[in-house]
Amino acid sequence: MHKILEALSMLRFYLINACFLLSLSVALAQTQTKTQTQKTSKQHHDHSHHKHDGHDHGAHHGHNHGSHDGHDHGSHEGHDHGSHKGHNHSHDHGHDHGHDHGDHGHGHHVNNFASDCGSPAQPVHHEGYDPTGTAIHHISDANVYTIMDMIRIPLPMIIYNKERGMEFFSSGKFHAGHHDDGHMGYKDYVLYQGNIHRITCPGFDSKGEFEVQGFDKVEIKNAEGKDIEKRYAIVNGKGYNIEQKTIWDGGMLGGGNTGFMDLSPTKNVVSMGLVSMLLFFLFRGAAKKYSGDPSAPSGIQAFLEPMFQFIRDDVAIPFLGDKHEKFLPLLMTIFFFILGLNLWGQVPFLGNVNVTGSLTVTAVMAIIVFIITNIKGNGDYWKHILWPPDTPLFVKIILIPVEIMGMFIKPLTLMLRLAGNISAGHIAILSFVGLIFIFGKAGASLGGSLTGTAIAIPLTLFMMAIELIVAFVQAFVFTILTASYLGAATEEHHHDDHH
Amino acid sequence: MIFLAGFAPFQPTPGLALWSLIIFLLFWLLMSKYAFKPMMEGLKKRETTISDALAEAQKAREEMANLKAENEQILAEAREERSKMLKEAKDTKLSIINEAKEKAKEDAIRITTSAKQEIENEKKAALMEVKNEVGMMATEIAEKILRKELKGNPEHESFVNTLVGEFNQN
Repeated sequence: MHKILEALSMLRFYLINACFLLSLSVALAQTQTKTQTQKTSKQHHDHSHHKHDGHDHGAHHGHNHGSHDGHDHGSHEGHDHGSHKGHNHSHDHGHDHGHDHGDHGHGHHVNNFASDCGSPAQPVHHEGYDPTGTAIHHISDANVYTIMDMIRIPLPMIIYNKERGMEFFSSGKFHAGHHDDGHMGYKDYVLYQGNIHRITCPGFDSKGEFEVQGFDKVEIKNAEGKDIEKRYAIVNGKGYNIEQKTIWDGGMLGGGNTGFMDLSPTKNVVSMGLVSMLLFFLFRGAAKKYSGDPSAPSGIQAFLEPMFQFIRDDVAIPFLGDKHEKFLPLLMTIFFFILGLNLWGQVPFLGNVNVTGSLTVTAVMAIIVFIITNIKGNGDYWKHILWPPDTPLFVKIILIPVEIMGMFIKPLTLMLRLAGNISAGHIAILSFVGLIFIFGKAGASLGGSLTGTAIAIPLTLFMMAIELIVAFVQAFVFTILTASYLGAATEEHHHDDHH
Repeated sequence: MIFLAGFAPFQPTPGLALWSLIIFLLFWLLMSKYAFKPMMEGLKKRETTISDALAEAQKAREEMANLKAENEQILAEAREERSKMLKEAKDTKLSIINEAKEKAKEDAIRITTSAKQEIENEKKAALMEVKNEVGMMATEIAEKILRKELKGNPEHESFVNTLVGEFNQN
């Protein structure tokens, strides 16, 4: 029996590796489309593993095998979550813990959350390496500032709770561990994948801190047939449904209004603050050298001035002409804010933050550009939108809605282009780094890890070089498009030589 | 949009939106005031200084060229003046020489003329003297002859006196 189980474990190794390679190629394909088609069910480690530093997945893996002898064999894919409800699943291998083995997936479900609140549950282990989940987790905002999964800096929490009002505390209360999951909860809040969640169960009332054994999630279809993810925190051997913070997506991107709003300075906010301050001091140092008699640039001034002049001479002046001086500070602010954050996000030991790849941040900038463009838009600009001159009436009927849509599409593309490009770059790098863990898995061997590393290093280097260019290009593109929108809105038309 | 469901970086959260708005606006304000505007002005000032300096250099070059042309003109003028002066001097010299020659000629003529006059006078005086001498001698001779021949003849005596008187008149 033991030998059979061992053989099955080995088989699982190879099948899982094949799956990982497959999912990697999917993850790579996703870097362009940013789709998340794979439905992965992520398993979580229990407390015995929370001291792991770094992405020691190989170790996890081996450990799992040692301790859960035979429990997690088989290769799983296509999680049929209906099985959690006890339906349509014939592959119950008769394990005692209600273990549910799908056909090919790389996750398996230990817990059968019959009710959202208080059904028995046990902490689950990491089940393999999930490139998509890892990548998304690493490029997401978080309530802790984690550097290389080793250093975790707690951040202040500012929560608006619909029932209790404003609440202030530190995210240090959660004692974040591996994967930024909190080992402790506070009031009814827990930290799951670096983000604050709230236990929604009415009976759950903790005035202070409590221990969290782990997390689990299942994906089910809701009444409308939409896939939704349900997350559970495991406290005292019982599973409690948790809800995420309020997300302003109108429920379209898997968010929506929930019982609380997270107004904390998150990892992205802290990065923005730090980069802004850093840029301010750099520029202040350079700007001081311009007082007094003109002299040849020196020091940091000599580094910043060419970029400044580039934006002025090749972006602002061609699009805005004589009016460029009025808009130059905004264009410079946009360029250096984006560039600074792009570059900051690429330094591995600064936390690999993905600020400019976050749609919220790019949306704020795009909205500012939208507002400024329309406030500064002159009569000609509005005339071209609302009653295009020199066009026949039937063309006008087509053109006017197009022009009005264009007003909104412009900032939308600004926002999506930047966030998409930067997020894609981060995902690509994470995927290549992920190769080390994927190959390292092969027999948890040093050889596999070395092979993975040998492949990952040149690919990652290549990608980082590309991303360095992308950092400049995207900052430049956002700025030049802003300049062109502003230029179009403030241009003086002379209808004699126009059209 | 449904394929983006669960893609956390694309989920707009109010906290991040609020903070990025605050930070971006603050950054914009502070950078404009303390960095970008001084840089813009400094660069403009430097560019103006450089273009001014270039224009000034151009002007100085033009001035130099002008000065050089002027110098050349002055030199040319001086050269012309010199040749004119030389010519004048030559002319003066020639005229002086000619004048002197003329004068010398005149003087020579005058001297010659007066010398001729004097010679004439001297000749006349000499001839007169000779005539007188000859008259005297002739008279003496005639007296002697007449004294011997005409002694006592008054007619001869008066005739001789008439002749002598005629002679003197000449």
